[in-house]
Amino acid sequence: MLVTGVARQLGGRFVRRIQRDPEVDRVIAVDAVPPAHHLGGADFIRADIRLPTIARVLAETGADTVVHLDVTGTALGAGSRAMVKETNVIGTMQLLGACQKSPAVKRLVVKSSTNVYGSAPRDPAVFTETTSAKSLPSGGFAKDTVEVEGYVRGFARRRPDVAVCVLRFANILGPAADTPLASYFALPVLPTVFGYDPRLQFVHEDDVVEVLRIASHEPRRGTLNSGTFNIAGDGVLLLSQCSRRLGRPTVPLLLPAVTWAGSLVRTLGMTDFSPEQIRLLTHGRVVATGQMRETLGFTPRYTTAETFADFVRGQGPGLLPPEALAGAVDRIASLAAKGSGHLPPHGAN
Amino acid sequence: MADAKVIPFDDDRSRGGAAARPARRRGVGRPRAGSDDPGELGEVQPLPGRARVREDGRVSRAQEPEEPEKPQDPRPGAGGQGAGLERRVAAGLAFLRRRLTGDYDVDDFGYDEELTDQVLMSLLRPVYEKYFRVEVKGIENIPAKGGALIVANHSGTLPLDGLMMQVAVHDQHPADRHLRLLAADLVFVLPVVNELARKLGHTLACAEDAERLLAQGELVGVMPEGFKGIGKPFGERYKLQRFGRGGFVSTALRQGAPIIPCSIVGAEEIYPMIGNAKTLARLLGFPYFPLTPTFPWLGPLGAVPLPTKWTIQFGEPIPTDGYPPEAAEDPMLMFNLTDQVREQIQHTLYKLLVQRRSVFF
Repeated sequence: MLVTGVARQLGGRFVRRIQRDPEVDRVIAVDAVPPAHHLGGADFIRADIRLPTIARVLAETGADTVVHLDVTGTALGAGSRAMVKETNVIGTMQLLGACQKSPAVKRLVVKSSTNVYGSAPRDPAVFTETTSAKSLPSGGFAKDTVEVEGYVRGFARRRPDVAVCVLRFANILGPAADTPLASYFALPVLPTVFGYDPRLQFVHEDDVVEVLRIASHEPRRGTLNSGTFNIAGDGVLLLSQCSRRLGRPTVPLLLPAVTWAGSLVRTLGMTDFSPEQIRLLTHGRVVATGQMRETLGFTPRYTTAETFADFVRGQGPGLLPPEALAGAVDRIASLAAKGSGHLPPHGAN
Repeated sequence: MADAKVIPFDDDRSRGGAAARPARRRGVGRPRAGSDDPGELGEVQPLPGRARVREDGRVSRAQEPEEPEKPQDPRPGAGGQGAGLERRVAAGLAFLRRRLTGDYDVDDFGYDEELTDQVLMSLLRPVYEKYFRVEVKGIENIPAKGGALIVANHSGTLPLDGLMMQVAVHDQHPADRHLRLLAADLVFVLPVVNELARKLGHTLACAEDAERLLAQGELVGVMPEGFKGIGKPFGERYKLQRFGRGGFVSTALRQGAPIIPCSIVGAEEIYPMIGNAKTLARLLGFPYFPLTPTFPWLGPLGAVPLPTKWTIQFGEPIPTDGYPPEAAEDPMLMFNLTDQVREQIQHTLYKLLVQRRSVFF
């Protein structure tokens, strides 16, 4: 088995987990930079998937399963957006080219994202795998994923003997997640778009590793693990709910101001607060997970709310901890119970 | 008024169309004057279809004494004084606590049931009860459970009729059903409006969302006339516009959900749209920019709707589960069903208009 993008937390966790499975003889971990974390007993090969050397790696190792995790939104360490795009798109092309040449490859798993659906007010409330985006993502990571999926579809056409599984993950969160959304939630005060309360869906890192494992093995009886699947925890959280559960106050800004501030921040290179990110935080996105349950046979352990709760535990307390607010309300309630009759000042909160 | 511009119904159906047509034409001409004219009243009354006579007889006046009692129900504390007040305070604080800590649930569409029940409905209820004094008829036509599609006429420049229909179902239906409205995409573009709409359980009017809601067994409300209906000039009031492309019928057919026609009288007159500032509308990106006798001349004051008296009548459900699965793909059947629904709504509209004493009382 060959796994790309192992220098990331998620790739590292997956590599460590997959080695414990009896079906897996050998794991070859590939990335352009050596990982900071250990990879269990996996063989690390330092190779840049943007270069044709990946074909040699694949041919020499004779891997039968390729798990492509190097499709990411943010650069690892100091890397520019252009480099991320290169890795996402050119890297995928090179890797798929290598897979096409290698007769040993029987299975390909690609990490994608629900970003492919974009977010627009004219979209249906819930996306299924077959929904086409009303407005295709104009750039950034979302466009990368659309292009990556396009190449993967082309590969699946040319190599019908290879089982191809594309997993569209909702926003991945967890104690160690390093996604753009996680860094957004780490801000002390959350800037939001005035007048919009987007619906968000999360998937827990543990579930991500688990579903990748299911997809990279032979399908269990009664399930099918080739195709495209949305992967998300059950339920929905509104951004306002998230901020309250995190205990971080929000600053509603007008949409043009947010867009402008986002581009300013991007120009200064502080964070990658991409237009796609702003659109997600404006209109939100919810996907249907029926296929994941019925066809792939995977049931996530964490719901969206539980995923978020786990993420909150890993974060420091916010400026308005929910416990403190709840305590304040409880104190008023006890006061009201004592001096029964006159109304407590609701507005005081 | 242009008498010739009558809504083209399909005449080849046997559903008692012949008797109804002349009367309808009269109604289109002067719906308001007609309500005061005893001659016309006598002429139109024999037309109503078999079932609706029964319904009206039962509900029309019997509903009124009930109305003042209904609002008391959701506020149990009002009568019980001390203990009741305490309970209310405790409930209010528990609500506040859940709200402040984000400990509440919304569904996939962003519907916040708690917020809708506790806050948004209480804001809409005074408008519903005191301002428009909505009279609801035929609420028993809405099934107590399972998916159903309520199809209503659309009017009034601002979609207040949808909101009032939602309050009507929420407050009047014995099984506490919640109406999930399908709204135009403009609603979800506008800030604040989109947020409130989602929390009220509205979603975009598209086949995917409607089907998903019906499959979940929800009560879905749709106004197929869309902007054509809501933004029509005052002179064309109570003339149903084209019912979209009939997508709602194929959606209902696919889910086997009954279609409940709903006629809303009173919403047409809240903002008598005498003109349409098309250039301004295009500039703002709205489908129309209404000019009423008061708006925009009186500024924000002109945006206050006229206090008309409303009647919302839910008609007999039209079952769709008897059709074979491929029926949803049959355009002929779809057109026929669309026309049937449309005709039934138009029919009921005229009947209610004839019964109406005046626009405001």
